Amino acid sequence: MTHAADTPGVSLHHLDQLWFQVAGTLCNLTCDHCFISCSPQNDSFGFLSLEQVRKRLQESVALGVKEYYFTGGEPFLNREMVEILEETLQYGPATVLTNGTVLKDEWLNRLRAAANASLFSLEFRVSVDGFSPETNDPIRGAGTFDRAMRGVVRLVDHGFLPIITAARTWADTEETAVVNQFVDTLKKAGYSRPRLKILPTLQLGAEENRTHGYREDERVTAEMLQDFDVDHLICSHSRIVTDRGVYVCPILIEADDARLGESLDDSLDDFKLAHGACFTCYQYGAICSNSSHQLTQPPERAS
Amino acid sequence: MRLAFFGGIYNNYLALDFAIRDAKQRGVDAIYCLGDMGAFGPHPDRVFPLLHEHNVHCIQGNYDNSIGNELNDCQCGYTDPRDNYFAEISYAYTLQNTSPENRTFLKNLPTEIRFDFGEHRVLLCHGSPRRMNEFLWQSTCSTHFLETLADEHEADIILATHTGIKWHRKLSEGRHFVNVGVLGRPENDGTALVWYTLLEQASSADGPVLEFIPVEYDYRRLAAEMASENLPDEFIQTVHSGWWTTCLEVLPGKERAAGKF
Ligand code: SF4
Ligand code: SF4
Ligand SMILES: [Fe+2]
Repeated sequence: MTHAADTPGVSLHHLDQLWFQVAGTLCNLTCDHCFISCSPQNDSFGFLSLEQVRKRLQESVALGVKEYYFTGGEPFLNREMVEILEETLQYGPATVLTNGTVLKDEWLNRLRAAANASLFSLEFRVSVDGFSPETNDPIRGAGTFDRAMRGVVRLVDHGFLPIITAARTWADTEETAVVNQFVDTLKKAGYSRPRLKILPTLQLGAEENRTHGYREDERVTAEMLQDFDVDHLICSHSRIVTDRGVYVCPILIEADDARLGESLDDSLDDFKLAHGACFTCYQYGAICSNSSHQLTQPPERAS
Repeated sequence: MRLAFFGGIYNNYLALDFAIRDAKQRGVDAIYCLGDMGAFGPHPDRVFPLLHEHNVHCIQGNYDNSIGNELNDCQCGYTDPRDNYFAEISYAYTLQNTSPENRTFLKNLPTEIRFDFGEHRVLLCHGSPRRMNEFLWQSTCSTHFLETLADEHEADIILATHTGIKWHRKLSEGRHFVNVGVLGRPENDGTALVWYTLLEQASSADGPVLEFIPVEYDYRRLAAEMASENLPDEFIQTVHSGWWTTCLEVLPGKERAAGKF
């Protein structure tokens, strides 16, 4: 890939968050807005084994990784997911991004015990896209709202406080009403102190068809970064492990230039922000962190 | 050699007064405050005479940086609208009731203090050694992360505050990371107590001894003064019950689950 002359690079300040593409691109759902077009058939990235995860966990100690994130696809399609989380909680905090539709009591019992035995938090982020089947299901598929809500209740029953993550698919002016209805729905379903996180949508993958891709001029330039705190960009403090090597960030695993190496040690170099998605990161900040975990301060904009 | 540390006074001059007297009774050689003098409680200007009179060595917290520079907000970085609503109330109140002289004092505070404690290099900071408003919670910091902080910032004992909940992790080679807790607000554990930290040179070879000390100040009086200053009922509830009612979204799962709300 060639870069425009003024495409700025971002260096890795400290590897705070290590991500694992633990289910590859395999998912039981096929959401319209999925930014890496996951599906039951998309195996361009495969599952990570416990052994592969373990190797990177061990490598992460010397790098001082602060916390671990697991994503896919749907992490709980990975048969070793429970063992992977049990092992990770001996190293540090773990957050798993799930669609909530395939969780089993037997797994949650084990994870409850592992979380109790650990010093560290085990967080679940459950993705939904609306406060009702009418708003969620057209995006995520028929019946997914009820299934995700059952997953949320199941997590709450096991003593977890899942963070409900919604991509913003409504107008800004509707935000307060949408959030209030969301909270109501969750409380009625038995989640008495719901945690919510709303993310911007990314114009990539399937999302590219739903709305539009990035325009040519929607790119980060060196000038834009001048008074900008790059800590807001995931690539300044994260990397992601996949079955095909280590990539710069969870958003760009389908871009060839985003694969940095085989091991973590190979993958600590600067990265050029040449992608449209970098523009969204620039605008919205650290969209992939739990609100409770991010280095805070709202992103500063150039204009 | 015995030292006292605290942070997060949040205008709670009653707890501050109690903690200073308690520490002096225990014969401390010096007292350090890790920042965030304002927020939450009543009468901001009552904090400063105590700090000066007892020669408390202070560093700057995010709140002090904001008040000192008269910024638009406290830089706590809340993302939840409800948390922001309450943060704005206490910030406006604190800014309005902090004298120009005290604002200048806050503006000119150092952002870190370093000194040697026996063999140990001590580093005092507000949030983390790398960022004034970084939240370091017990449940979201791996031990190897804290080890690299100690390596990179060349310190054997790092003391911080900012989160509102105390904790301590032993590191390799006799090093320590300590969150000293706060004096301003109970720590979401269902008691009205607040906490400070004592560090002592031990006679044995075990290295320094660390102790968290409860502060049993007159919280009913604080609550009454908050009410007469028209501060939110939600804050007053917390002073009485010890459960946080606001700023909940920044809590990680483990710390959140330990609380009531
Ligand atoms: S958005 Fe999440 S749940 Fe939906 S297809 Fe993609 S990975 Fe699966
Ligand atoms: S998409 Fe975001 S995190 Fe990824 S490289 Fe671009 S700016 Fe960095
Ligand atoms: Fe602070």
